[in-house]
Amino acid sequence: MKRIDHAEASSKFIRAKDHIEFHDKRLWDLRQKRDRESAHLAEWEQLRSLASAIKEHTLTNLADYLEEFERNATRNGAQVHWARDAAEHNQIVFDIMSSHHAHTLVKAKSMLTDECDMRPYLENRGIEIMETDLGERIQQLDDEPPSHIVVPAVHKLKADVARVFSETIGTDPKNSDVHYLAESQRQHTRPYFLRAGAGMTGANFAVAETGTIVVCTNEGNADLSVNLPNLYIASIGIEKIIPRIEHLGVFIRMLSRSALGSPITQLTSHFRVPRAGTEMHIVLVDNGRSERLGMADFWYSLKCIRCGACMNTCPVYRRSGGLSYGATYSGPIGVIIDPTFNLRKYSSLPFASTLNGSCTSVCPVRINIHEQIYKWRQIISERNQLPMVKKETMQIMGKVFSKPKLYRAAVQAAGASVEHLPRSMMYSRLNAWGRQREVPQAPPLTFRQWYLSRVNKGGER
Amino acid sequence: MSSREEILERVRKNQPAPRPLPAIPTFDAGSSTSIDTFKCSLTRMGGRLVDAPADGNLDAQIRKLFPDARVICSATPEVKGNRPIDSIQTPQELNDVDVGVVRALFGVAETGSLWLSEAQFKVNALGFLSQHLVALLDPAAILANMHCAYQHPGFSEANYAVFMTGPSATADIEGILIHGAQGIRTMTVIPVVYRD
Repeated sequence: MKRIDHAEASSKFIRAKDHIEFHDKRLWDLRQKRDRESAHLAEWEQLRSLASAIKEHTLTNLADYLEEFERNATRNGAQVHWARDAAEHNQIVFDIMSSHHAHTLVKAKSMLTDECDMRPYLENRGIEIMETDLGERIQQLDDEPPSHIVVPAVHKLKADVARVFSETIGTDPKNSDVHYLAESQRQHTRPYFLRAGAGMTGANFAVAETGTIVVCTNEGNADLSVNLPNLYIASIGIEKIIPRIEHLGVFIRMLSRSALGSPITQLTSHFRVPRAGTEMHIVLVDNGRSERLGMADFWYSLKCIRCGACMNTCPVYRRSGGLSYGATYSGPIGVIIDPTFNLRKYSSLPFASTLNGSCTSVCPVRINIHEQIYKWRQIISERNQLPMVKKETMQIMGKVFSKPKLYRAAVQAAGASVEHLPRSMMYSRLNAWGRQREVPQAPPLTFRQWYLSRVNKGGER
Repeated sequence: MSSREEILERVRKNQPAPRPLPAIPTFDAGSSTSIDTFKCSLTRMGGRLVDAPADGNLDAQIRKLFPDARVICSATPEVKGNRPIDSIQTPQELNDVDVGVVRALFGVAETGSLWLSEAQFKVNALGFLSQHLVALLDPAAILANMHCAYQHPGFSEANYAVFMTGPSATADIEGILIHGAQGIRTMTVIPVVYRD
């Protein structure tokens, strides 16, 4: 499988100046809203610790909680299926649909079904899929994966949406009014809700105590997808289990505040028992999660509640766009999850970070994201997965840093050369840092020179 | 070995040493449960609170609030409307409803949310296919925050339960807020004491 080159992939997005400026601003705005909302709650930091502890407790007792969830869901009248991997998940969903002669699926946004690449699988077997979340629908119609786990089309401007909609659902190509575009999608989708044979959601949480599936949305699309068709299928990653209903209080108070900076999503829906005369199927999906649970340094990433706060705050994500990661999960959380799926393919991703730790400090479940990024870098360099230029540079740097005399000579030479080197060398293709940055003016003395001169003068320490 | 057994076996083998489950406080000391706090939160989320009519005629008030409405379907006996919910055979029949009317079981002051289940909706789709939703709320049935709300026994009794907070909304295009994404376009809450 081809290695994703994050820097190269992001260059196209970076060239589109309007897009990158808006992207950066929009996501930073979400981060600031998140800060304002969290500041309203005196117990915010305590909630983060509680959320983290609940998740760690559940994950370290996961097998029992999965069985408890299955028992209660079954008692409620739902049918529970287990899928080892993406292929088995997709096949289960198809089998359920075909045994009910359902040919149209209205579905709410689910990162898991994107992870499983479910859409093409079902479409190739004659099932029509309507993504009913606006952002996800835009991406479906443009044949692109979501670029953000909460706002899937955040990298697009309204003119892009006007183009996509005019080519696919027949809107006026010259009209990029956002109200018009959203209303067109509403009108276009409504008949699908009314005639679909099956509805589908993912899950934000699955409660072991009651067998309840909890879905947090804003658009009303999940509730329409479940409350109209006679068949409801929920796809759930096994890490979404929480022990009891009361734990939802902690997560619901933090999820939308972290994601969009709103106190709660417009809808928080709890599906427990199928409506009379209808069926409810739950597919519990592993797809690498049980293996990740055994990775001493990385199992904490399973605490993730998919709020996207780490993405919104990440300077690299904001300035490179989610699609440049070439994976279902992008941004800081993606950088630590993706290599567990395929280390070679995603070996460049842990380098798409400044390690500033901002992701860790906004994470509502206290995942040590930046520390995990650093650990992945170590593994990748040990396993020889570094790109050639980075490897050569690291070896030279390693030699220089280990020999003080060599280091001092290098620092002085660098100070001199920044002033005198030709631009073509400073900003060469080999030096990625030079592409969007100017090297700052070096001070006249190095720190060591300055320090020694003070010591020699007998000045104060 | 079945997928179920294989997954459970691998989880059991790989799960780290057990960690304790913390107790969850309700964080509601000094929190308001007033209708004013509820109104403030609801307004932030795009909903509106309208005072109950002095003469108690809710049907007339709803017609005044929605003068263009042709179909008004009420799931509470307190409002008559003109489409009896009991006549509904399939949820799809509610697609032409302009105004749905329900009584919420309780509200949450912190967020301006309403708790509704199949017992309140009669037909769940009423809360989503309707263009507009009017909800009656007893001002004495307001809980402080989500911790208090999740202690309600309704969650283990209802087949389906939802916190509705304002109208359906999206900001998926350039962050511009649109009310009426796929579900209701407006949410109106009227405080009315519940009389059994």
